Amino acid sequence: MKARPSCAALGGLAILLLPSTAHAHLVNTGLGPFYDGVSHFALTPEDLLPALAMALLAGQRGSRTGRLALFALAGAWLAGGLAGLALPTISSATALTTVSFLALGGLVAADARLRPEWVTGLALVLGFLHGYLNGAAMSQAKLGALGLVGIVSTLFVVVALAAAFVVSLRVPWARVAVRVAGSWIVAIGLLLLGWSFRAA
Amino acid sequence: MRKDSSARPRVPGLTALTLAAALWPAVAWAHVEQGRAEGFLAGLHHPISGLDHVLAMVAVGLWGAQLGAPAVWLLPVTFPMVMAFGGMLGLMGVPLPGVEAGVALSGILLGTAVLAEWRPPLRSAAAIVGFFAIFHGHAHGSELPAGASGLLYSIGFVTATGTLHAVGIGIGVIHRWGWGRVALRVAGAIVAAAGACFLWRAFA
Repeated sequence: MKARPSCAALGGLAILLLPSTAHAHLVNTGLGPFYDGVSHFALTPEDLLPALAMALLAGQRGSRTGRLALFALAGAWLAGGLAGLALPTISSATALTTVSFLALGGLVAADARLRPEWVTGLALVLGFLHGYLNGAAMSQAKLGALGLVGIVSTLFVVVALAAAFVVSLRVPWARVAVRVAGSWIVAIGLLLLGWSFRAA
Repeated sequence: MRKDSSARPRVPGLTALTLAAALWPAVAWAHVEQGRAEGFLAGLHHPISGLDHVLAMVAVGLWGAQLGAPAVWLLPVTFPMVMAFGGMLGLMGVPLPGVEAGVALSGILLGTAVLAEWRPPLRSAAAIVGFFAIFHGHAHGSELPAGASGLLYSIGFVTATGTLHAVGIGIGVIHRWGWGRVALRVAGAIVAAAGACFLWRAFA
């Protein structure tokens, strides 16, 4: 018996073939800068690694600290980004990246028992400074605030997932693996410091 | 009616292997300038380019696995951090005498420690590993060519180093069996012998 194409299959095929749904480059939708921001954060280790280190640190200290740090980091990043868009004085700072790597990686590696207020304070400082640099760079690139929204949205998702993952870890070796990740971030920061001296 | 699962078409091992080889990304470095510190892949490759470094880093993992917790994680945490410190000194041009001899001696000492299942106090073990890590890091740091992306290079470099430790720890899991303990000691002897060869070459 031959199988006949159903109306649903034909309808689905027709929808798939409609060309108006294929906004491949997002020029018409206006969402291009948003995805520029998404990809910028995901592909920029200067921003991604400190944010991940912050997530690991917050996750090590439990769910309450994780929630506080998540909203503090995202909020401060947005505020810093808006400040950078309004007053773009500097757009890159290798020293800040290096200090972020060394400080946050070191705290994660040491499994530092910081109080939630301290972790939240660190998240505020980190978020504002990195957000400011993002905003200043985006101001020069004429990306506008939509790119910043893309960055902060991605940051929020990445930090929420990473911190929640660390909070959920129960077996000792998995928590040790988090500390090892922190030591790797410190090592990267040390090498980056060496590179900056060599470049100078 | 249930289908016979044995009648399903299977992907033969050879086909899967061929497909994996065809998809292997290393052949597609279309625009990478070989041999320069251009990024992540170059950094990933650098620590595994010298057998003296590879053996020492794997030996750290083996020794950690023999010593058990907490050394099993303390040593691999110590080594990359102190090695990066040595790498920083090398990058900054700070001189360190006897680097090649230090790297070779690390192979001898770490290999001997694995061979003898040496169990010093935890701090002593960490200090020994950290001391030799400076030589490894300095050797790497002073060898690194100038490049555009120090950060991506560093990420690859540290990832490769840590992975080598993880390989050592993974191999060290066989320590729980009698034959595994013997095999680990043999591996330690091989590392120590290779270290002696490297030392000979350093002074030749």
